[in-house]
Amino acid sequence: MNGFLDRMLGRVRLGGWLAVAAPVIAVVFAVLITSVVLLVAGKAPVEAFTTLADYGTQPRSMVMILNTGVMYYISALAVAVGFRMNLFNIGVDGQYRLAAVVAAGLGGAAVVPGVLNIVLVVVVAVVVGALWAAIAGLLRVYRGVSEVISTIMLNAIATGLGSWLVSEHFGVLTGNDLGTRPIPDDAHMPGIPLIAGTPVLVNGFIVVAVLLGVAYWVVLNRTRFGFELRATGKSESAAVASGVSVKKMIVVTMVMSGAVAGLIGMPELLGASYKYSNNFPAGLGFTGIAIALLGRNNPVGMAVGALLWSFLENSSNQLQLLDISKEIVQIMQGVVVISVIIAYELVHRYRIVAEQRRVSRELAAPQEAPKAEAAA
Amino acid sequence: MKILYGMQRPDEGEIRVNGSPVGFHTPADAIAAGIGMVHQHFMLADNLTVLENVVLGSEPRRGGVALDFAAARKKIKEISDAYGLGVRPDVPVEDLGVGDRQRVEILKVLYRGARILILDEPTAVLVPHEVDELFDNLRGLVREGLTILFISHKLDEVLRVADEITVIRRGTTVAAVNPKDVTSRKLAELMVGSELPSPETRESTVTDVVALSVRDLTVRTGDGRPVVENVSFDIHKGEVLGIAGVEGNGQAELVEAIMGMRPSEAGALTLAGADISHWSTLRRRAGGIGYIPEDRHRHGLLLESPLWENRILGHQTRRPNVKGPWIDRAGARADTRRIVEEYDVRTPGIDVDAATLSGGNQQKLIVGREMSGDPVLLIASHPTRGVDIGAQAAIWDHLRTARAAGLAVLLISADLDELIGLSDTLKVILRGRIVADVDPANVTPEQLGSAMTGAGEGV
Amino acid sequence: MTATDLPVERPVETPPARRFRLSAPVLLLGLAGLVVLLSIARLVTGANDITSAGTVSAALGLAVPIGLAGLGGLWSERAGVVNIGLEGMMVLGTWFGAWGALQFHSPWAGVVAGAVGGALGAVIHAVATVTFGVDHIISGVAINIVGVGFTQYLSQLVFDGMPGGGTKNSPPLPKMGTVSLGFLDDPLRTVEAKHWFVLSDFAGVLRGITQGVSWFTILAILLVPLSFYILWRTPFGLRLRACGERPVAAESLGVNVYLYKWAAVIISGVLAGLGGAFLSLVAAGIYRDGQTGGRGYIGLAAMIFGNWRPGGLAGGAALFGYTDALQLRQGGISVHALLLVVVLLLVAVAVYQLVRQRRGVAALVTGVVAIAVFVVFAVTDTVPEQFTSFTPHLTTLLVLSLASQRLRMPAADGVPYRRGQAK
Repeated sequence: MNGFLDRMLGRVRLGGWLAVAAPVIAVVFAVLITSVVLLVAGKAPVEAFTTLADYGTQPRSMVMILNTGVMYYISALAVAVGFRMNLFNIGVDGQYRLAAVVAAGLGGAAVVPGVLNIVLVVVVAVVVGALWAAIAGLLRVYRGVSEVISTIMLNAIATGLGSWLVSEHFGVLTGNDLGTRPIPDDAHMPGIPLIAGTPVLVNGFIVVAVLLGVAYWVVLNRTRFGFELRATGKSESAAVASGVSVKKMIVVTMVMSGAVAGLIGMPELLGASYKYSNNFPAGLGFTGIAIALLGRNNPVGMAVGALLWSFLENSSNQLQLLDISKEIVQIMQGVVVISVIIAYELVHRYRIVAEQRRVSRELAAPQEAPKAEAAA
Repeated sequence: MKILYGMQRPDEGEIRVNGSPVGFHTPADAIAAGIGMVHQHFMLADNLTVLENVVLGSEPRRGGVALDFAAARKKIKEISDAYGLGVRPDVPVEDLGVGDRQRVEILKVLYRGARILILDEPTAVLVPHEVDELFDNLRGLVREGLTILFISHKLDEVLRVADEITVIRRGTTVAAVNPKDVTSRKLAELMVGSELPSPETRESTVTDVVALSVRDLTVRTGDGRPVVENVSFDIHKGEVLGIAGVEGNGQAELVEAIMGMRPSEAGALTLAGADISHWSTLRRRAGGIGYIPEDRHRHGLLLESPLWENRILGHQTRRPNVKGPWIDRAGARADTRRIVEEYDVRTPGIDVDAATLSGGNQQKLIVGREMSGDPVLLIASHPTRGVDIGAQAAIWDHLRTARAAGLAVLLISADLDELIGLSDTLKVILRGRIVADVDPANVTPEQLGSAMTGAGEGV
Repeated sequence: MTATDLPVERPVETPPARRFRLSAPVLLLGLAGLVVLLSIARLVTGANDITSAGTVSAALGLAVPIGLAGLGGLWSERAGVVNIGLEGMMVLGTWFGAWGALQFHSPWAGVVAGAVGGALGAVIHAVATVTFGVDHIISGVAINIVGVGFTQYLSQLVFDGMPGGGTKNSPPLPKMGTVSLGFLDDPLRTVEAKHWFVLSDFAGVLRGITQGVSWFTILAILLVPLSFYILWRTPFGLRLRACGERPVAAESLGVNVYLYKWAAVIISGVLAGLGGAFLSLVAAGIYRDGQTGGRGYIGLAAMIFGNWRPGGLAGGAALFGYTDALQLRQGGISVHALLLVVVLLLVAVAVYQLVRQRRGVAALVTGVVAIAVFVVFAVTDTVPEQFTSFTPHLTTLLVLSLASQRLRMPAADGVPYRRGQAK
């Protein structure tokens, strides 16, 4: 099996494009699978994909794609911070929803005026998200509870707490919709007329998202903290021997991930709905996981992934014109995720083997050839 | 050896068992041909019982589906009694000592009806009386007509137990000798291929300035057993202090306690006059402790990171790697090039992953890294383990040079020649205690060996 | 940890203190004690539903899917594959279970279809983790995402056109038969209605587990001892567990590790699929979008709670099923009464720590927590309904944070395996 893989991949030359190859292959594979599913259901795949593409390139839909994409991107960043040190924050979902409820409640109360209120809402959201995530970090460090299980449980608890807060403390009934008191007009995040040809504005948080992406890259790749975080993710034992306090890193990383998660709901809260109700988008934390996997925790990769996801979600409604159910998009997304993780794993293995070959080729001294020595 | 047991396949050549050629694709084929292997690292599942470990893969059945525990227990008892192995079938393996585990491994092989046993470095983890017991067991097996292939680099043991010796070097047979006709020196030269490289150190460079002082250090495991007990010593600038001992007598814990990776229960550590007992690992490193870890893959390197990032590891608070909170890429890269140059790390560049280098070159990179930043003390744990002879000589040279420049070195090694040749002072550790001081100038490996096993205390 | 075990330190003659083993009398005594505690709480608070037949019956029904998911987790993790994808496999089970029952007009066809649906998800997990060595958590999360999307698409395609069906739910499903020990019904009902101390509670519990029990429930309960038997008493099970403890050891003895891991993951998917099918076929009688409500994860927690053993897992499932059932039956009041049970349990633990273990500080801490919970109990009358909805999750979290350091998972759980990588 390995021999086959080596031979199969051995013909591929190693290059920078290899990193891009995996997601591209995965997307192509997903398109193929989706086409098969469509054909089985008796629909024309080409027509479906052109409909999607047509819709996605109109100015108005581009704005919509950007706006949803902003939320997806922030969510992916929150997940990726943990992923980089092998910490699985499955709880981004609960963190952002609880953060949004509390922030919406406070914002609606309008304790401070105008722009200050925006700042207050954002800060509160960040703090709530961070604290909620910290629970999982502390449980892992002090009680040895896997963060995977604890964050999943905390998601359910956050749901209960959130609906309790809305109904008992912050809630006002508008028609049938129970939600928090709307945030006053003077504390709305202004939109940006980024795309010509449509009166719809791009959510102002796109700036925040871009800044976050840059900050993510800088912190991880250019700072000592980021180095320690990545080192812990690659080898915990080596990190310990190098003087990294892994316990501290787990808590700090979890808090950072939660803090970013707190921001996920902000574009919606301060730029679209201005309140938290049953219609507030749910499940963005899981979308973030999918996009972080797709973009391999790379800030640019995740941006592409977020836009792709958003494009599929937004244009899926158009499929109904062709009498195709829009859930076909979910199948496509699922296949992309599964095939991309397998593709990355294969590329990763291939890269190691290929680099070892390259090194032994470039080294003249034959006895220095790298051997799979037994780790003593 | 892995080929003999079907875990790898030969490119050419032929294996004959009892005269008939065989070809093994999996370990199951080898087992069927009557070949059994006792691995150096025990192939036992701790959480399963002895019985479960033994019968795994060839279980007696009852009624087609059920495992026949009674029959298995009976057969294990029979074999155990026949060869005097004293194995209890229903104990979880995790409760067994190393010697017992090895007997389980042997029983596992016999249970499968093996007539040919391969033992890979079986004595590496045993204390002397366990080695004696093992040899008794082996002689019993041979009396019963079994064939044993005993793989070891411990020459005296090979001479003691073998009827016939084959010397292999770099994958080729270099000699077949009769143990009665060779000395262990001669055998060693056959193995190495030439004169033995000697780690001889010339004149002493020891000063009276104490670099590291350890006083009454005690370390306990999670369940309260002492693994290091009341250990005290001083290392001076320009001195190499060697710790000799059979592996697993507290050396690893001692090192981890000095590095601050493992909490110590009592005792004081003073580095260049400063009390470091309560410092974090990072602070101790920044304070001037360099560390060549025992297991470089687990503790010394980020295998999937480029060399220059590995240069930063453990030195992430110091120049030239960082400027304040920022990583100084240019500085780190330039210094990595310096290390590659000065320490002769054979690599096509500093952007390749550490995993692609050979063991010797990985180790040279680590030595170079730990020597930079003017350390006060270097802890070298098995610094030449698993590296080729060229790298070994180079690493010894670097240690000597640094010692001459005033570095204090704590050397832990299983290689007695290395210990005797490099150390200015030698201490013997047994069951977590320092049991003897030995003068490396006039001690033979044999004397040291008996001190390590507690037989010759007070040499 | 084993790496630092020292040969010289190993006391050969004295094995460490024997692990506590639950024998049948101890178990029964414990259960009886629990009923007494509940009875006290019931008398004090008047929350009659905490031991009513209705609650017990609901608890049983809710414990089954959790237990099945947990068993699925057990099989896969015993072979060393962490299966967080149970939730997704369960989702597939709910849909396929409903579809099978409708398509072939038989609930048992639904059971089979649900198992197959779960197995489909498991195939993906096995391909990714066993064959390609992808991180187990990542693959599992991906399967959960895929499972939801796939079933939503299929609902749209299949159920939408059916009478009574829609994009998010199926038409009502054919019912599955139940069994009752009819002769016990009336006498037990009478005793239960008296609200006597302990007696009525036992009557309630008995009536709950003897009346109107679905055949599927009985099948599920039987799967627990069956799993134990196969995993611990057959060669197949031994090999499978060896793959989870030390795959290289199994490999060196000629066991095909890939094969056993594959088998374990597929069985895991079948069990999770059955759990899903139970939800749609028995618990609800209809397929609904999002029906699993995270029970796959709770099942995983039940398995961890049960220390990767079938008996403990069943206990965990019963506990979570019970807390889940309470919130459906006068949720606020019942959960409030449960607080008193927690107080009594904590007091018992504190006494045990003080008298038997002589750990004064630990006893003090436990005592303080008991008092704190009691204060909460005393100053409130009920627990808000939103809080009762996460009682099982909070219980999971508390139990894990108290117990997780004593738990022992398979040694090679979650570690990717590749043939020939033996050291």
